[in-house]
Amino acid sequence: MTRMVAEDVARTGSGPAPLLTVRDLCTWYFSNEGVVHAVDGVNFDVHAGRTLGIVGESGCGKSVTARSILRIVEKPGRIVRGSIHLHPPAGQGEPRDLVQLREDGPEMRAIQGGDIALVFQEPMTSFSPVHTVGNQIIETIRLHDRSMTKALARDRAIEMLQMVGIPRAERRVDEFAYQLSGGLRQRAMIALALACNPRLLIADEPTTALDVTTQAQILELLKRLQAERGMAIMLITHNLGVIAEMADDVAVMYLGRVVEHAPVRELFRSPQHPYTRALLRSIPSLHVPPRQALATIEGTVPHPLNRPSGCPFHPRCEVAIAGTCESHVPDLLPIGTGPAPALVSCFLHHPFGDGARQETN
Amino acid sequence: MMAFLIRRIVLALITTLAVSMLSFLIIQLPPGDYITSYIAAQSASGSVVSEEEAQNLRKLYGLDQPHYVQYFRWLGQVVQGNFGQSMEWRRPVGEVIGDRLGLTMIVSLAALVFTWLLALPIGIYSAVRQYSIGDYIVTFIGFIGLAVPGFMIALLILYFGFKYFNLNVGGLFSLEYAQAPWSLGKAWDLAKHLPIPALILGLSGMAQGIRIMRANLLDELRKPYVMTARARGLHPAWVVLKYPVRVALNPFASTIGYTLPYIVSGSIIVSLVLSLPTVGPVLLKALVAQDMFLAGTIVLLLGCLTVVGTLLSDIILVLIDPRIRLEGK
Repeated sequence: MTRMVAEDVARTGSGPAPLLTVRDLCTWYFSNEGVVHAVDGVNFDVHAGRTLGIVGESGCGKSVTARSILRIVEKPGRIVRGSIHLHPPAGQGEPRDLVQLREDGPEMRAIQGGDIALVFQEPMTSFSPVHTVGNQIIETIRLHDRSMTKALARDRAIEMLQMVGIPRAERRVDEFAYQLSGGLRQRAMIALALACNPRLLIADEPTTALDVTTQAQILELLKRLQAERGMAIMLITHNLGVIAEMADDVAVMYLGRVVEHAPVRELFRSPQHPYTRALLRSIPSLHVPPRQALATIEGTVPHPLNRPSGCPFHPRCEVAIAGTCESHVPDLLPIGTGPAPALVSCFLHHPFGDGARQETN
Repeated sequence: MMAFLIRRIVLALITTLAVSMLSFLIIQLPPGDYITSYIAAQSASGSVVSEEEAQNLRKLYGLDQPHYVQYFRWLGQVVQGNFGQSMEWRRPVGEVIGDRLGLTMIVSLAALVFTWLLALPIGIYSAVRQYSIGDYIVTFIGFIGLAVPGFMIALLILYFGFKYFNLNVGGLFSLEYAQAPWSLGKAWDLAKHLPIPALILGLSGMAQGIRIMRANLLDELRKPYVMTARARGLHPAWVVLKYPVRVALNPFASTIGYTLPYIVSGSIIVSLVLSLPTVGPVLLKALVAQDMFLAGTIVLLLGCLTVVGTLLSDIILVLIDPRIRLEGK
């Protein structure tokens, strides 16, 4: 059942080794009704200083991928296969496979919030309703740096709040999250996430709950902080506009799998996977003739317990190859040559039986 | 905070006044009065009370006056700390319930403490380990606790305690201390007798508490702030205790208000079965005999207990929940 070996997917960006390599990650939920393959063989790399956008419809496994990386998948979900290697800064030891660590063990807890931090979709409910913003920031700082005194950690918390552009930070630090506006709350969330200088920030729909102006400000803030700190960002969103704005590389997910992975320009200029093409066609545009119906993708996302056989997209695919797509799962393989080729998982590009090993089911 | 307190206390006083009116009214509602039931009792034992005698008795107790006059007379006395004369016991009401009231408070508080000490950790366990074997066992016991009336459990414990362990679980004191004045020995004797009544009285409350804690915590555990707390690298156990449990405590704090009187009044039958010298059995007797001043006083006290309990829960809520504290600021 080994679907793909790490080396097969040498990819994304050029130059230094990636910060995080995810290979064949499978996170399944074992419910009474059956097994939901929320994440089913995901591969990608995240590089320091770059932004990887992960895009897909609701339920495609974007968020579960993020939680798997942080090892906070809630029951009845479980990582059943794959690896998530976190590479230390150059010359500081070997990469560690997060899947092998105990999810509540000291090593993993040092990584959670320390090396990898998370910003959530819902700034309203991501803070405790009964603790001050400062309380939670100070707690995190002192957790990851035992030498910090309370007073020092408090100063640092105020500094962080200032850094993310919260006015009168020395007063806001003692306020509760619900006393802040949505935009400020998301800024505070980012301050909380960045308090321990993480090398990777996972932002799970960070702007979905915000109005458009605030959205732009938060994205701007993330960009600035990334430039200042050189951290990697994994940006999860269903908003292709946000992807175009922010990402360096994009992974398009569908039903728990990455179907296309390409540098952002390439993806928008020449999308390869039929699903990506359909997605891009369904973006409303000012340039289309008036009264023309917006293109949509036929059908709906299948029920997670009722996954199609073969390529998960084949029932909705306009160009599905009868006899192949419904019975075989295409691998994620490079298109063309060069140092950073796009990767696509589609039989149109890699005809079945054409050299590459493909799985039947 | 000060303004809040004053406002709440004024409201509590007004509520108490309304409660006193209502309790008086309720006692007057059944047909007849104490004299009627006195006559009935007398004739049952063979002696006859003449009409004239009855009128004299009514005059003596002020029962010939209109209800509102009786109420204000009673209220005037109550404010001065005089709760009137118990007709049944032929002693001042204060004397009849004085000692019992203290014991009632002790038993109720013990039951309450027992309820909370067990319900909170069990509820937390049950939510965190939802659908585990432990959760099923605890839930099962909880439903039994809810479904089986307290007096039934009291009877069972009495029976098995006596039959197999030769224990006499009734009462709050051993024979030698029952009538003795208060001393260290008597207090210790009370402490030894307290656990079983407290357990029986607290059982249904505990079962309820477990359900409430479990349901609340399950809701809270799904909130994003729990996941963000874990994503910050906090220990899972600490995450649960610091964040969702703290939020899930709110409903507990708000139930103090009715838990207190519930334990006192809900304990009537259990107290009878266990022959506890508490207010409950006295209330029952007073109601049967239409001993209005005694019954009225006890109902009034229960009402006050509710008002005080509610005031307490409001204050506790304000202390533990900033969302309530800062409302309207």
